[in-house]
Order: sequence, then C-alpha cells, then structure tokens
Amino acid sequence: MTTLTALSPQPQPQGWREIIRRPGPALALLIAYIAFTTMALFGLDRTALWYPLMQIIFVPMFMFAPFLVVSAPIKTIYKVILGGVLLLLLMPLLGIYNPSWLGLAIQICVFTGLALGLNIVVGFAGLLDLGYVAFFAVGAYAWGSLTSPAGTIFTVNGWSVSPGAFYVFLIIGAAAAALVGILLGLPVLRLRGDYLAIVTLGFGEMIRVLARNADAPINFTNGAQGLHGIASPPVPGFVISFTASIGNTLGFRMENPNAVAQQLSFYVIGIIIIALIVIICRRLIDSPIGRAWTAIREDEVAALAMGVPLVKSKLMAFAMGAAFGGAIGVLYASKQTFIDPDSFQLLSSITILAMVIVGGIGSIKGVMVGAMLITLLNLSMLTNLSLQINSLKNADAVIPIVNFHFSDWPSELEPAKYGRLLFGLILVLMMIFRPAGLLPEKRRKLELTERREEVDEEPMIRDTPSGVPQERS
Amino acid sequence: MAPILEVKNLSKSFGGIRAVRDVSISIERGSMSSIIGPNGAGKTTLFNLLTGIYKADTGEILFDGKNLVGKRPDQVNAAGVARTFQNIRLFHNMSVLENVMVGAHSRLKVSLWRTLFHVGGFNEQEVAVREKALNLLKFVGLAGKGDELSRNLPYGDQRRVEIARALASDPKLILFDEPTAGMNPNETQDAIGLFRRVREELGVTVVLIEHDMRVVMNISEHIDVLDYGAKIAEGTPDEIRANPRVIEAYLGRRHSKVDESANPEVA
Repeated sequence: MTTLTALSPQPQPQGWREIIRRPGPALALLIAYIAFTTMALFGLDRTALWYPLMQIIFVPMFMFAPFLVVSAPIKTIYKVILGGVLLLLLMPLLGIYNPSWLGLAIQICVFTGLALGLNIVVGFAGLLDLGYVAFFAVGAYAWGSLTSPAGTIFTVNGWSVSPGAFYVFLIIGAAAAALVGILLGLPVLRLRGDYLAIVTLGFGEMIRVLARNADAPINFTNGAQGLHGIASPPVPGFVISFTASIGNTLGFRMENPNAVAQQLSFYVIGIIIIALIVIICRRLIDSPIGRAWTAIREDEVAALAMGVPLVKSKLMAFAMGAAFGGAIGVLYASKQTFIDPDSFQLLSSITILAMVIVGGIGSIKGVMVGAMLITLLNLSMLTNLSLQINSLKNADAVIPIVNFHFSDWPSELEPAKYGRLLFGLILVLMMIFRPAGLLPEKRRKLELTERREEVDEEPMIRDTPSGVPQERS
Repeated sequence: MAPILEVKNLSKSFGGIRAVRDVSISIERGSMSSIIGPNGAGKTTLFNLLTGIYKADTGEILFDGKNLVGKRPDQVNAAGVARTFQNIRLFHNMSVLENVMVGAHSRLKVSLWRTLFHVGGFNEQEVAVREKALNLLKFVGLAGKGDELSRNLPYGDQRRVEIARALASDPKLILFDEPTAGMNPNETQDAIGLFRRVREELGVTVVLIEHDMRVVMNISEHIDVLDYGAKIAEGTPDEIRANPRVIEAYLGRRHSKVDESANPEVA
C-alpha cells in the first residue's frame, strides 16, 4: 500500500482528498460530522416508518466517530477534547435520551475488552485460542455465584458479598481468570497452531459443561438454571440526580431514571476499563515482553535460542489475555444480572476471534474497530433490519415499479434469522478483499504485500540455470 | 588457562541413527576454531546439543566449568553461549533493530510490574537496549538500517543481522553455523573480517561450522573434523590438511571440494 501511494502521482493539490488531509478542514469536517450525527439521532422519531433504517444508518455513524477522531490529521489536544466530548458528554446524553443506545454502547465496551484480551494471545503471541470465552465465564461466575440469590453454596452459607465489592471483584475476577489461564497454559505449552486450537476449544467447552453441572452435590453455579439477580454496583446519588435533572431539563421522557443512571454508571465503568486495557496493551507491546511475544510468533526456536524463555512468555500471554476476559466477565454478569452456561458457548469464542481477525489481528485500533463493527451488526443492525421490514409490512408499503407488497415478504426471510449467514458472508468477503483486516497491524500488512510480490518473483528464481540458490539482493 | 568449553563423550541418537557419537572437543578461551566434516557428519546436531535445542543422551558439556546438559536453550543463552543458524532464522516481520533488541532479552530485567507501571528503571533500560542494538548494528556494518524490516534486507545483510542479534546477549562463546553459505567471494571476505573483529574487539570465543575450505584454513587456529557423527581428527589447519583420514572422509565419497562448498548441507 505504501509503495503504491509513493509511486502514483500526487493527487492534485486542490482535490477534496488533499483538502481534508489538512488539519484545519479536517477539524471542521469532523466537528460537522459529529454535530450532524448527534442532531440526527436526537431528531429521530420513534414512531416513524423508517425509524429502524435511520437507526441502522446513524447509530453506527455516531459510534465510529471516536475512531475518526483518533485517525484524523489534527493536533492531539483536539483529539482529546473531541474524544472527551463524544464519549463523556454526547454518548451519555444520547443514552439518557434513548437507553437502548446506552445498552448498545456497554455491549460494545464488553466485546471490545474481550477482543483486546484475545488479541494479546492470538495477535501478539500468535497462539490460536478457540476457548477464550472460558475466561469470560470465570469472571462472570466469580461475581455471579457470590451475589446471586439463587442459593449457591456461598450465598446459602452467608458468604455473599455486598454489591459495593464490585470494584474489588473486577480485580479478583481478573486474577481468577489469569490463574485459570495459567492452568490451561501449562499443559498446552508444547502445542502449536492447529493442535493448540483444538485443545483450547475443548477447554472452553469444559468450562461451560462444568458450569452446567457444578450444582450438585455442592451448588457452585446453580447449573443449567443459571444465576439470576446478580448484584450491580451501587450507583452514587449524584449520578441519579444528575441523570434525572438532565432528563427534565432537556425534556426527555424517562420511565425509570434509576435504571438509566445504573446503565450510565456501567457505561462509565466500561469506558474506564477499556481505556486501562488499551494502555496496558500498548505498554506491553512496546516492552521486552511484547518483543519476546512477537519473536515467538515469528520463530519459536530462534526466539528460544536468543534467550526468550518460552514457558514464561507464553504463560504471561495467556494470563494477561485471560485477566482482561475475567474483568470484563464481572462487568458483564453485573450488567446482565443473569448468566447461565449458554451465555458462554463456543460461538461466542468464535465471534470474538472474528472481531480480532476482521479488525486486523495484532493491531490494537483495528481490533477495537472489528469489535465495534461486529457487535453493531449482531446486536443492532440486523435486528433493526428485521424491524424495518416488519414496520413496512404493517404499513402495507409497496415498492413502486416492481409492485412488490411488503406484506408478501415471507416471515422465513426475516433478516435476524439470517444473522449468521450475513455474518459468515462478511467474513468470507473480508478474507478475500482485506485478508489482513480493516486496519492491519503495520508488519502484517507488509507481510501480506511482500508475499504477493514474492509470488511474482518466483519464476525468475526457478529459471536460474545452475539450480544454486541465488542471492535475494 | 582452562578451556572455555569442554565437550566430553557426547552422544545423541534419533531412532536408530546415531547422529553424534562419543564426541569430545575442547575449545580454548579466546580462540577461533572450526568444526568441519562432510554432509550429514553431525555438525549442526552438535551445535543443537551445545545450545540446548536437543538434549544429549550421554556425555557432558562443560561451559566455564558448568554443565550445560539438560539446560533449556534460553538458559544456555543466558549462561553466555550465542549462535546463528545455518538457514537464517531472523524474525522476518520485525525491524532489524527489534531483532537485535530481542537478542538482548536474557540480559534484561523483565517483569510485568515494571512494564505496566514503567517503574524500576524500565525506561532507562529501554533506552540502553536500543543504544546497544544500534551500536551492534554499526559494529556489523548496518548503521542506518535499523528501521527496515529484516525480511527486506539482502541475504548477506540478513546474516549480519543474525550476528548482531547473537552478540546482543553479551556472549562469551559464539557459534556460527555456516555463516558464509550463499555468499559471494566479496561478501565472504567481509564476513571473515567481521569474525576476526568479533574475537579481537569484543573478546568473544568463536566456533564456526564451515564448508568453505578457504575460510576454514584462513582463519581457524584449531579444527575438529567430524564424520558419521564421530570425531576423526583435530589439529591446526596444516595438520588437518595432511591428515589421511580427513582426506579419505572428504575425497573418498566426493570427488571435489568445490562441489562440497557449493551445496549447503541439509542436516
């Protein structure tokens, strides 16, 4: 890609592409974009015929704005200000206006955290893990089994913890998951690639089956019935009054200000966790640990011979990835207030892996984009597509020229039922057109373009008369 | 002075094949020596045993008085033995500088705590290791190439990166596995100069596996000859040249030395 831009003639200085690369116009455009999407979302009429379609368009536009801010060619100070305004002002306001958007934002935080955790194992260290959801389950059950009134061994004996312990449990959940990550890591360290993938896949299923069956003779998990009524952290009074007063001032109708305030605090916790995870990821990759991981990913034997302790480095990768999963698990259990073994299926592991791959394996920003895109697709865009078709059916809309009545749309063809199909299709197209992901890690991008060039060169090497390997200079 | 490396009665079998049998070798501190032998003689296997990649069946490897048998490769590296590989094994998608920095891993204080909170001299260590890597790149003649992806370097330069990477662990002993394979005569001359400087300027003991007899006879003070996994001769280059068993091992199976040097061993 770099070579292409270098070789092709520079775009005309007055072209629009050139103009928006300048800091001034870029900033203006960005502000206009944010203002437009925000106003559009506030202006949506929930009773309108095209409301679901409008959501499909404007919700992702708004959610992706932080990435535009980060990538824009503007000064860091503006990035910080715009990012702060987006994440800490506009998103909460929109969330109070329409709590379902806030719920969506929390889910995006959850899956971004999971994808970043898996990225440490798969992207940084190159260890394919198909059972990542197990660590998520460990965190979720750690919090759930101690606070749910479902009658686990802990709550029956009065060992339940108060909801205020939530913040401590973010760390305990992370530590518990890290421990499980090390336990998993120890026996599988000698395995690579496919073999490792199979073992981790089995491990993920084991944890799920364990959760399903650990209700007798001693009830740890309440088995298949799951844990209900999991505690949420207490919401500070000022958040409730703040939410209520915002709602009143701006004239939003709110059914339950307390619930909204609760969601708002989850959102803020989620944003803080993601910020911490991103900082940790960046510090790890720019350190001897990160270089050791990359070296292992590139050539295990050479890394070992250069003094990289394989066991220690791989365990550290497993433990770090698992710790993020565990902390996010605590947040998830608390936010959902209900978990059961089916919340942690193999499909979840694969979805998280797909986020990493679609975004750009190994690239922190890419993985975040991938997580957001797939979460939006799964939780918002496909359901809204179904809703849109239903509302068109109810309104008895007709496509003019072909004279198609939406009431004739078969209920079997509801888009939500074809979510997995669309999802699979997107993955296939991605792998064909952008195999390194949407925002590839720098070196992987180079790797893939280099490979293509090598293929072109190959015949020349074969043609050397002597058959002696030629220098590749 | 006691030898830096003493190999005593080392043996290794793979299934029914005895790749290394009862080999004893002694390397003087500060010397430059070579291990030669026809294809499949067990030279690379010997290096893999010395660096802990294979575990010896029997025998001892005494490095600086400590037994290395049973040590992991990273522990061997930390003890002061570095190596390069016959088929270059760089971390291809890392920059040249990062490759060399990984080489210093065993000399770094690595802890999660320091990394996450940037305390305990973390930043100072990062600056120092970068500086060290840059100096080593200058030493091997690759100043200014640090930011290139190592896979993009020409073949001869990749060999140099591998040498710089090996030197980054501050070794006392460095093992070069066919370092001039695939080089043209000019590059070979440069490489010989580099090997000499490694010994003279850095004071590192050097052991080469080499097929190019001009290189071997030119720079070695001491040569050990392996054939079918066993040591058949040792001595100065002149002694080896005159040794009938060595001549038989080479000429008895192959008809010219030129042929030998043209085909890199695939062992």
